[in-house]
Order: sequence, then structure tokens, then C-alpha cells
Amino acid sequence: MLRDQDRIFTNIYGLNDTSLGGARSRGDWDGTHGLIAKGRDWIVDEVRKSGLRGRGGAGFGTGMKWSFMPKTPGDRPHYLVVNADEGEPGTCKDREILRHEPHKLIEGTLLAGVGMGAHACYIYVRGEFYREAEALQRAIDEAYAEGLIGVNACGTGWSYDVYVHLGAGAYVCGEETALIESLEGKKGQPRLKPPFPANVGLYGCPTTVNNVETIAVVPTILRRSGDWFANLGKPRNTGTKLFNISGHVNAPCTVEEEMGIPLKELIERHAGGVIGGWDNLLAIIPGGSSVPVLPKSICDSVCMDFDSLVAVKSGLGTAAVIVMDKSADVVRAITRLSRFYKHESCGQCTPCREGTGWMWRVMERLCDGRARIEEIDILEQVTKEVEGHTICALGDAAAWPIQGLIRHFRPELERRIHASAQAAGREAA
Amino acid sequence: MSADLVVDFAFTSHNQELARQIIGKYPPGRQASAVIPLLMLAQRQHGGWLPQAALDHVAGILGMPPIRVYEVATFYTMFKLKPVGRHHIEVCTNIACWLRGSEQILAACKDKLGIAPGETTADGLFTLSEAECLGACVNAPMVQIGVDYFEDLSVEAIGAIIDALRAGESPRPGSQIGRKSSEPITGLTSLGGDGANSAPTQSGAH
Repeated sequence: MLRDQDRIFTNIYGLNDTSLGGARSRGDWDGTHGLIAKGRDWIVDEVRKSGLRGRGGAGFGTGMKWSFMPKTPGDRPHYLVVNADEGEPGTCKDREILRHEPHKLIEGTLLAGVGMGAHACYIYVRGEFYREAEALQRAIDEAYAEGLIGVNACGTGWSYDVYVHLGAGAYVCGEETALIESLEGKKGQPRLKPPFPANVGLYGCPTTVNNVETIAVVPTILRRSGDWFANLGKPRNTGTKLFNISGHVNAPCTVEEEMGIPLKELIERHAGGVIGGWDNLLAIIPGGSSVPVLPKSICDSVCMDFDSLVAVKSGLGTAAVIVMDKSADVVRAITRLSRFYKHESCGQCTPCREGTGWMWRVMERLCDGRARIEEIDILEQVTKEVEGHTICALGDAAAWPIQGLIRHFRPELERRIHASAQAAGREAA
Repeated sequence: MSADLVVDFAFTSHNQELARQIIGKYPPGRQASAVIPLLMLAQRQHGGWLPQAALDHVAGILGMPPIRVYEVATFYTMFKLKPVGRHHIEVCTNIACWLRGSEQILAACKDKLGIAPGETTADGLFTLSEAECLGACVNAPMVQIGVDYFEDLSVEAIGAIIDALRAGESPRPGSQIGRKSSEPITGLTSLGGDGANSAPTQSGAH
């Protein structure tokens, strides 16, 4: 298990002073000037060496992503945009950073900004996180007042501005190009790629969009070295990670652990175990609502990292662990997610706009068994018609939970259909 | 929006100044970026909803065609285009809250207020809605009321919150079972807690 001295978020619960003074006492903003003095290439190389993969769900290499930004500044400014539009059901980690560790995020935006040649950063916070945005703005004001950011950030001569921008309620804005559209004052509808944001992003300028947690771990990586981070976790799945453990556990919580921790150990060590004990476990969604559900037999031994979860046809996603014990109706749970994706589809691509509603309606009937057996296969086929045929990943995200349900719980779907048919037969007789 | 065509709207002088500051966050010529924050400012000024006059006012300030502002106002769920009660209770019913009993929380709200989701009480005090995931999943079940989150709810706790609001009081937001935030209720398992760096908890049969 992760030792406390290797934890990055030492005030994640807000039990200690969250102001600049408190943050400094925990090591934030310590020697930032010296890190910046080592230069843009050193920053990107060190992050690449750390093996850090994006913490927003997709898991793309962060150092690699930064290296896509133009090397020499042209006439267009570069922008860093931080994605704080946290809305993947089950996920509530960035919220804790925004309100309890805001200085890690702000310092991270400065270092990342230097690493990609940006002088301005917009932090796009979901509109519902009004109090969290207030806390973040307080911290930004402190950083300006102390000269940590602004015209001569940390005395380095680098000018750097950080702005908070509040959204207004749209899950799809968590997709990076939808977020850029929204930040430009439009409906949050994803853009076709290419061009990628690193070439044509915010206001048509080179832009990198990174998740809150991704940026907030950067200062510690640079201070303690990329090698330190890379030695935690597993190869290709390095470092520490914030996990959110919700649902049927005795003590739901957020906790920072090492990548690759066994799922069972994570739940038993930190979340007080499954209600009624491990044997009372039915299924777990291991990485937020978009990733396929896993039955207990896989949960018994799977580890919590990108590659281990892909190997069992699920994903780490946002590392939001949603636990269902045997009292849960797993079909109803997935149906609720289908309703969510129908609600959140932006309407731009036909397979998603029409498919999410269609899939939800069939799921509603499957819940009660009001369906024919062959409709399970038809539903699975439709999920594959939606998956991969849309501009953004929302279509995939709507398809995957249903695919996971059919893969692991087909007998339960069939049982409901038979039970419903029998009941109808009895009524007719 | 037909019922409110006669409503006039203009920012107060205080909000005009705030609007000017918000527009200043964005590069010259990119003032359309301020449309969401300005609509939100207008909504707060106008009792929690946006009449068409407010959309037109914001369009005028930002030099945007009104249709672009209407598109934004109808795309994002936090913009309300018809009147809402003074306290808007939004009950999260997505998966994490549902697993922890959001159906009972929603039923308690319906009972207590005598309205269904989407409705407003006759006295104009409360509007009730179902919400999608609000991002407080380890503190489920939870509701948002105005800008505050009320978390770790029970039927009794939401009842007491509604009673307090009805009495004109300001109930304390956050966890209703005494948690600071998202730490385990049974004690810290990291960051120096008693359970830190010790063996896993044993939770029943293995």
C-alpha cells in the first residue's frame, strides 16, 4: 500500500488549512522559480519520464500530449485549458482538489503553461461547483497577491494569467473540443478532429486541455522527479491516483492510492468493505459510468490500472469505483445510465442522438422483462452501430455499459423475459 | 417563453460592473466567451430564471445575434426559462445516489412539498427537480439547493432541511452526518489516521 510520504494530495479531505499559508507548509510553491528556470524542455521531459497518463478518463500520455504544442511560438498565443467539468457519474475527485488543494492545481497550471509555451490558462469548472469555484478563485487571488502568478510569475519574468470559467450544466462539455466550444460561448458540441486542439484549439490557437488531477500532480512530479513517480505503480501505469469508492460499501470515500492496487484491497482497506462482506458483492463499475460493469468473479482479482482493466474488457476511466451488492438491481442500474446518456447526448450525430434514446427504451423494457429473447442480440448489435460512429466518445460511453451488462448478466436478462412471459401466460389462462 | 414577453430586464449597476469584469477575462473580440457567466448573473438577479428580455439584454451587451444566446440558454440545463421557486431542490438520482437511496429522498421531498418533479409549490417557495450526477458520489445521497450541496442525506435529514428553509432559516450545507468531506466515516485510512498503514479492515465473510 501507498506510504503517506508518497501521497501527493496531503490535504485532500480539507482537514488542514487550505489557504496559501497552509499549502506552503505542505510544500506547495516551494522552489517553483528553480523548476521554471530549468526550462520548457526539462519540464516536458520530466513529465514524460514520469509516465503520467491523463487522469480524466482516456489515459493518454501527458508529456506526449504537451509535446504536440508548437515548439516555437508563432503569432497565435498558446493556451492551457484545465478540464474541471467533472460529471462522469461516480466521479468526485476533482471537486476535492478544487476546494481543498487549489494551490497544487494553480502551481501545476503555471509549470504546465511554461512547458507548453502558454501565458494564459482557463479553468473550466462545471457550473454546479459554485462553492468549489469560489474556493479556487480565493486561492488564485492569493497567488496573484504574492506574485506567484501574474506579470512576473514567481520572479521568473514569465507572465501568466489564470482564469476561472464556470459552465452551466452539460456532461458533454467534459469532452475537450466541446469544452473549447463552450468556452468560446457556444453550445457544447464536440468538434471533428483533426485539426487537433494543439494546432487549432481555443480561439483557433494552439491549446492543450488537461484534467484537474493531471495538472495538480505535476508540481510534485517535478520536485521529486519523474523517476520517483514512475517507480510507483506498474510499468505504463505509473504513479498514484485518486479513487472514489461509492455505492454499497460501508464507508464510501475518496482516497489516493498506488496505481495497480487490487480492487478488493482498495475497497476493504479504505472503504470499510462491501456491505455484508465481500461474498455479498454482485458487480462493480470500476471507472465511472462509461466503463463496462464487472461481475464479482473478475473483481476478486483484478488490479486498478489502465492495462489490467482493459484486459478484462473494462477500463480505469476516472477511477470512480461504483459498488453494487446483491441487493442491487444491476439491470435497473445500467438502465439508469442509459437514461443519463440519452439526456446528455448533444444531438449532433445521428447514431448517438437516436441510438441513446432507442437503447434506453429497450433497456426499460428489459428491466421488466417486456421483451423477446432475440432483442438482447438486437440491442447488442445496436450498441455496436453507435460505438465508433460518432464525433466524440459519448456514443461509445452509452454503448459500453450495455455491452458489459449483456456480456456478464445475459442469464439475468433472459430470466426476466421468461418470468414476464410466464406471468402473462398465467393471466391469459 | 411566451408568458413573459412583457418583462423588462437590465443589469443593476452593480451587476453591470461585474459583467464588465467578467468580459475582461477574455481576449479583445472574444467577448462571446462571457455569455454563460453573464446569463448566470442575469438569472441570479432575476430570481433564478431567465425571461427572454434577459437573453436579449445579454446579447446586446456582447454584440451577439440573439439566436446565438437562445441556443446557449436552451442547451445548458442550469438555465431556467420559466419561473422557479425561491428554493430549487435538485435531487441527484444518478447511479451512485440511487444505490444509496435517492428514491427515498425524492419521495420524501414529494411528500413534504406536495409536488412532483418539475413543479413549484403554490406559495412559490420550492421547486423540485431530478438532477443528473452532481459530482459528490461518495457523499451520496445528496441534493443541490441553490448553490449549496447537502450530502450524506437520510429521509429525516432532508425533511429537517426543508422545514428549516420553510421557516426562513439557513440549514448548514455539506455532510449531514458530520463528515468534513469525503473521508471514510469510520476513520482515516491514510494521511496519518489510526487506520493508516495498517492491515485491511475485515468486513464479514471472505
